[in-house]
Amino acid sequence: MNVHRARVLVVWLGCIACAGVLVARAHYSTDLSAFLPAHPTPTQQLLVDQLRDGPASRLILIALEQGDAGSRARVSASLVQQLRKDPQFASVNNGEAVAGQGDREFLFQHRYVLSEAVNAQRFSAAGLNSAIRETIDNLASPAGLMFKSLLPRDPTGELLNIIDQLARSPQPESRDGVWASSDGTRALAVAQTAAGGSDTDAQSRAIDAIRAAFAAAAAELPQTAANRVQLRLSGPGVFAVAARAKIERAAVRLSIVSGILVVTLLLLVYRSLAALGLGLLPVATGALVGIAAVALGFGAVHGITLGFGITLIGESVDYSIYFFVQSRQARGAADARSWRQVWWPTIRLGMMTSVCGFASLLPSGFPGLKQLGLYSIGGLIAAALVTRYLLPALLPAGFKIHDVTPLGLRVGGLLQRAQNLSGRTILLCGAVLATLALTLLYHDRESLWNRELSALSPISADEQNYDAKLRADLGAADVRDLVIVSGPDMESILHGAELAARALQSLVDEKAIGGFENPAAYLPSMATQESRRSSLPSAADLRANLNQAVEGLPLRADRLQPFLEDVEATRHAALVTPRDLAGTSLSAGFDALILHQKDRWNALLPLRSAQAGGNIDLNAVVAALRRGQVDDARVLDVKQESDALYDNYLGEAIHFSLAGFVALTALLLIALRSPRRVARVLAPLVLAVVTVAAGLSLAGVHLSILHLVGMLLIVAVGSNYALFFDRQANSREAGDEALTLAALVIANSSTVIAFGLLSFSQVPVLVALGTTVAPGTFLALLFAAIGASAAPSAHA
Amino acid sequence: MPRVLSFFLLCVLAIGNEPLRAAPADLHDLDQVMAMLAMRQHGRVEFIEQQFLAVLSHPIESSGELRYDAPDRLEKRTLKPRAENLVLAGEVLTVERAGRRRVMALHAYPQVVPFIESIRATLAGDRKALERLFRLDFAGTVSRWTLTLVPLESKVKQSVSQVRIEGAQDQLLKVEIRQPDGDRSLMTLRPSTLP
Repeated sequence: MNVHRARVLVVWLGCIACAGVLVARAHYSTDLSAFLPAHPTPTQQLLVDQLRDGPASRLILIALEQGDAGSRARVSASLVQQLRKDPQFASVNNGEAVAGQGDREFLFQHRYVLSEAVNAQRFSAAGLNSAIRETIDNLASPAGLMFKSLLPRDPTGELLNIIDQLARSPQPESRDGVWASSDGTRALAVAQTAAGGSDTDAQSRAIDAIRAAFAAAAAELPQTAANRVQLRLSGPGVFAVAARAKIERAAVRLSIVSGILVVTLLLLVYRSLAALGLGLLPVATGALVGIAAVALGFGAVHGITLGFGITLIGESVDYSIYFFVQSRQARGAADARSWRQVWWPTIRLGMMTSVCGFASLLPSGFPGLKQLGLYSIGGLIAAALVTRYLLPALLPAGFKIHDVTPLGLRVGGLLQRAQNLSGRTILLCGAVLATLALTLLYHDRESLWNRELSALSPISADEQNYDAKLRADLGAADVRDLVIVSGPDMESILHGAELAARALQSLVDEKAIGGFENPAAYLPSMATQESRRSSLPSAADLRANLNQAVEGLPLRADRLQPFLEDVEATRHAALVTPRDLAGTSLSAGFDALILHQKDRWNALLPLRSAQAGGNIDLNAVVAALRRGQVDDARVLDVKQESDALYDNYLGEAIHFSLAGFVALTALLLIALRSPRRVARVLAPLVLAVVTVAAGLSLAGVHLSILHLVGMLLIVAVGSNYALFFDRQANSREAGDEALTLAALVIANSSTVIAFGLLSFSQVPVLVALGTTVAPGTFLALLFAAIGASAAPSAHA
Repeated sequence: MPRVLSFFLLCVLAIGNEPLRAAPADLHDLDQVMAMLAMRQHGRVEFIEQQFLAVLSHPIESSGELRYDAPDRLEKRTLKPRAENLVLAGEVLTVERAGRRRVMALHAYPQVVPFIESIRATLAGDRKALERLFRLDFAGTVSRWTLTLVPLESKVKQSVSQVRIEGAQDQLLKVEIRQPDGDRSLMTLRPSTLP
């Protein structure tokens, strides 16, 4: 026995060490790749890259509320001034004029290759005449007068053209000089972080920087009630940081509370610290092996796997409960051998049915679900093996737990009442309940499942509405619809973006869309710049054209000598490259619209609807792009595409779960060799699942993929219960009925406690699991017990 | 930018064509004019503006309408040579032309804040506030007067060297802005005949 014990211990320690090494060396990822299909289409890849690092992911919406409008405006100005100096932000905007001195000089220096108005016609005598006439007309206005000093160098007004082409987006409402909501109750600003939205740590630092800048800005105001301005932030990065904090907080708080409760329960039951310690070995080993299995199988472990995995193998706590209670450790006699003969096959079968259930997650296209499946399978097998081999070997001499027979007897007494009912009555009750539940589910079938990705979002509807409100006020900065032009290099996509912009401009003119952004507005392609440069006439030609052009204008050609010199200089100057742009604040706007993947470059042209919050007819966009012969352009509806992705995962998961159920049925048929017994085992589980689903639907909950996982858990955990009753009813060697009942009640209590607590969390995915599993497992036990006690002599 | 504002200062000073109300006869003429200006709630006049710019061989001319609403809103609608609408409300200047709208915040340009304060002070009939920013020179009588404003601050002086306003009672007739580079503008005002 000692040799055996040593051998078992060595094997276990060896496995733990191997798993430990795998876990320590595994790569952990917290980004959105958990949601990316294993073999993504290019559009899906773009979608995820877009969500991960695209311009939309980097926006932080800043709202200043309370106080009076003047205080809000002053805080906004001071806040933005501080943040603009912070390299963490690519750009910060609150509506104040942004083009600084440096930017203006850059634009002015390169005006003849950057301005869209430049072509050969522009510098003919007629072209010059009309351009100069317009500039002079502008001088009549105070706004145009600002450009008075530039007239000798820029008589055609190219700087104003460029500024206009960069400022084509509609501006939000403005109060006291800064952006404000349409009702004027809050001042608004937008910051774009340099880091991608998926870099949650960087987002968190950026948010801290905004809060610090706000505190400093607010401190500058005299402290009166009217000045008490408050800061509120929104946006993908803010949500990601809040979600992480929320999930961490919820996970920590809930695991502490449920840990204390479950440990207290087990201590009350066992009245033995050794039993408690040993009882946690299967679940601890299972968790370690589960992570190791995922690391081995996938290379990288997702945060979502770590977060939810442990809840999925809660079943393994049950294994040790069954072992301690059923092997009659209570009676002092370490009758592990008889336990192995009587109960182990049942636990093994229960474990195998669970594995069948979780295996249905493996073929999912959703890597997060795949990993959860593998984690649960690895974890459960490890936990079962530890219970089977390690626990008996580790039991100290004289090990003893509190006798729980009285508990079993009391529960048995309650069940006696069911025995008074005939099997027919119970079958009828079950059938009525199932019919009711299925009728309800059928009635709600259209709205039963939530097919939007936001179902998984830990962000409350309130926060999402607030975000939508801010975006509407800011002129629909929600990057939902995009035209994406892809190519092998920067030049090709800028060229494509220019073609696409031409096609999209026709839609703007038709008012089919409100507008669009375009990286080529910041930096035209080399080809376009080159064609503009080569359209500039020689000094002699230009002089001749100019002399002709100023006839009849109140301007003498000899005052425009600097213009001739600047044009001549541009003819021999280098074209503008991204590197030149990098020194200016314009690069932020440009970079946000360029997405570089491994070997692909993408230019993003976000579209704006004609009315705030309106929809864009993407078919019209596709048609316009086709008319414009824009190759390599794709139209992406981010929300629709991500919902489709999730919907696909959900549909797939439902089908695979049904397949898993079929496999589980086949397994039971092979093991129990009786369709009647299989039906008896499965009936309470199916009834529990449909009852819970109907209950959730009745409560107005739309089911998500996590509810589905919860249903799998009901079957996985509940199958153990049902199999024990089956064993009890069908075996002559059946153990003590009271002890089995006690073990089941204790195991179920710990499950209901742990999952019941999840229902009180603020995180929707945890709530989904909790509200499904806690009532579901309880019902599974109840139905299985009633079903079993109603037919005590089924085998007779 | 300061040029834009100096313009606005003048516009604010320039508007006024409602009948004169009785004013205490014992006040100084300047105070009397200020008091009359402050009493107005609304105003509407036509303008013709000429810009004399060294870079151009002829002056350029524009015309349109000015509207004022107490305490701080001024609108300049230019109709010729091309339509443009400027609104100064509070500390915000909005320019609309050819379907485009630009919004500028005054406090982003600290050197122009004195202009705003002087506008408000003028509208409030607050001569003391005006004198904190400009040297005031009043000539003539209430029935026909000339007010000359010379900026005290060096930043303001860079864009405007002098503002000269001619008026009769609470009606403004001419506003001239001189710039340090010798360019100047002259605005002539008359009661609005526009619909």
